[in-house]
Amino acid sequence: MATLTLDNVKKSFGKADVIHGISIDVADGEFIVIVGPSGCGKSTLLRMVAGLETVTSGDVQIGGRRVNDQEPMDRDIAMVFQNYALYPHMSVFDNMAYGLKIAKTPRADIEERVAQAARLLQLEAYLQRKPRELSGGQRQRVAMGRAIVRKPAVFLFDEPLSNLDAKLRVQMRLEIKALQRELGVTALYVTHDQVEAMTMADRMVVMNDGIADQVGAPLEVYANPATEFVAGFIGSPPTNFLSAEVLGRAGDARIGVRPEHTRLSEGGNLTARTVYSEALGAETLVHLKCADGTQVTVRQDAASTIPREGAEVGLDWDTANEMRFDSSGRRC
Amino acid sequence: MEKRVKFKGIWLPILLVLPQILITAVFFFYPAGQAIWQSLFIPDPFGLSMQWVGLGNFEFLLSDRYYRASFVTTAVFSILVTVVSMGVALYLAVLADRLVRGSGTYRTLLIWPYAVAPAVAGVLWLFMFNTRVGVVTWYLGLLGYDWNHVLNEGEAMGLVVIASAWGRISYNFLFFLAGLQAIPRSVIEAAAIDGAHFWTRFRTIVFPLLSPTTFFLLVVNIIYSFFETFGVIHTITSGGPQQATTILVYKVYSDGFVGQDLGSSAAQSVILLAIVSLLTVVQFKYIERRVHY
Repeated sequence: MATLTLDNVKKSFGKADVIHGISIDVADGEFIVIVGPSGCGKSTLLRMVAGLETVTSGDVQIGGRRVNDQEPMDRDIAMVFQNYALYPHMSVFDNMAYGLKIAKTPRADIEERVAQAARLLQLEAYLQRKPRELSGGQRQRVAMGRAIVRKPAVFLFDEPLSNLDAKLRVQMRLEIKALQRELGVTALYVTHDQVEAMTMADRMVVMNDGIADQVGAPLEVYANPATEFVAGFIGSPPTNFLSAEVLGRAGDARIGVRPEHTRLSEGGNLTARTVYSEALGAETLVHLKCADGTQVTVRQDAASTIPREGAEVGLDWDTANEMRFDSSGRRC
Repeated sequence: MEKRVKFKGIWLPILLVLPQILITAVFFFYPAGQAIWQSLFIPDPFGLSMQWVGLGNFEFLLSDRYYRASFVTTAVFSILVTVVSMGVALYLAVLADRLVRGSGTYRTLLIWPYAVAPAVAGVLWLFMFNTRVGVVTWYLGLLGYDWNHVLNEGEAMGLVVIASAWGRISYNFLFFLAGLQAIPRSVIEAAAIDGAHFWTRFRTIVFPLLSPTTFFLLVVNIIYSFFETFGVIHTITSGGPQQATTILVYKVYSDGFVGQDLGSSAAQSVILLAIVSLLTVVQFKYIERRVHY
């Protein structure tokens, strides 16, 4: 257990700058999720913390100790990979015991720790199996087990759930979060899935093109996005963006309103034509198109009346729910 | 999923496999049959008459001191060629695998020796180690070592092993490199995070995951060193000195075409045939299933 500090960390591959300076202070036992679209540099950032990539400039500190020049094995971390990276020729037991064996842990100690992890992850019945004889979810658990038995200071997760089907993903999401809380280990978790970020994070880091656009608690980020990118990336369906021109206002600021804050009304701020609607059961998403072609989504209660396709309707919202962004995408 | 073509008649399929069968028949079944038939006779050197001896040729061979010595020579030779060519190839492949840039050039350069025919390779090495004008011999002489593979049996064996293994390294290298690159990078990274240094990773992760490739190469290289090294031996040592480099396949040639003992030569071919069959069975049995992990 330890704190983790990134201080103005940068990464370049040759001339290409991938990460432009990121600073985060992670408290002991905190669960941090780094979320962003593919190619934003989030995996590279994680790999720098792991020691699998060199740090171009800036400092990485684990437990107050600068680890920039240390080998991965000396950093007291454990990592769960997207493809699990299990050792295919070893049994589940040996997979979990590998790191301990290398550290020359006494045999009895290894057995106890692996057994404990197996109990925690419900893998006891599979200890003698090879990875290829396991399902995706079980492999995922073995990868977790391998990380747990070493009792690291920091857990690193690199999109660990993206190879699982939707249902299992939801289940493992809860399990990982519960496990992390139980063990009290500091965790850094990378994902492109904003639902994972919202549900698992104590704090999340929204990354865009090598920059941390916003760091904060999930609900705070949702309610107060710092940039237009964050407003569009976090939340599903995404925020509606409207130019001042469409709204007939002065200035060049863009206005963002979340779908659940947008209402269908008579008159209102502007009119739009219904394109189609998706009935999801509890709610219905109505997709509309404004006169200039801007797409707008409105989240409607399933009980309310849904306009037929092609109908002209008015859109309205409370000014308090408006988010204003300047031309550079910053909140203003 | 099985993809099978169904033919209506019998003639089209026969026509389609006929070329392959013809080639096999002309170049394998017919000579192999001849060898088996001839191994039961002692023909006179001019091929004018043949005398039936039954298994006499085999009885003679198996009690022949020189023939049994040739078995040992073959075993030593094959093991050395296989170990040297695979060992060096694995080493080079591990280095090439770590290379990020320029690995294409490196790979291309390393493949070239494979294109050199064994006999040509033999001549190349013979020139370098020639006892009078060889470059390597000259440098060894400067170091105070008197190289003479024409007289020294150990040096003769060493030279044919090097010359045979050299051309083979490229081939093995390609397979090893492909095998190494098929190992997911993240598995290696996971091992690094787990605390394994390079050598430990190689021993506990990389080498076991490479075992299907290694096993395949082992069988292929042994078969290669049994047969295809004829050209190298013929050009460099002609089996000498004192038959120190007379491997089985070379003895078939020298007894038959130099010694004119065609019956014994045929019997030796049959024994070799049996050995190849055995090796092929082993190969199919294990390689088809792959080494399990």
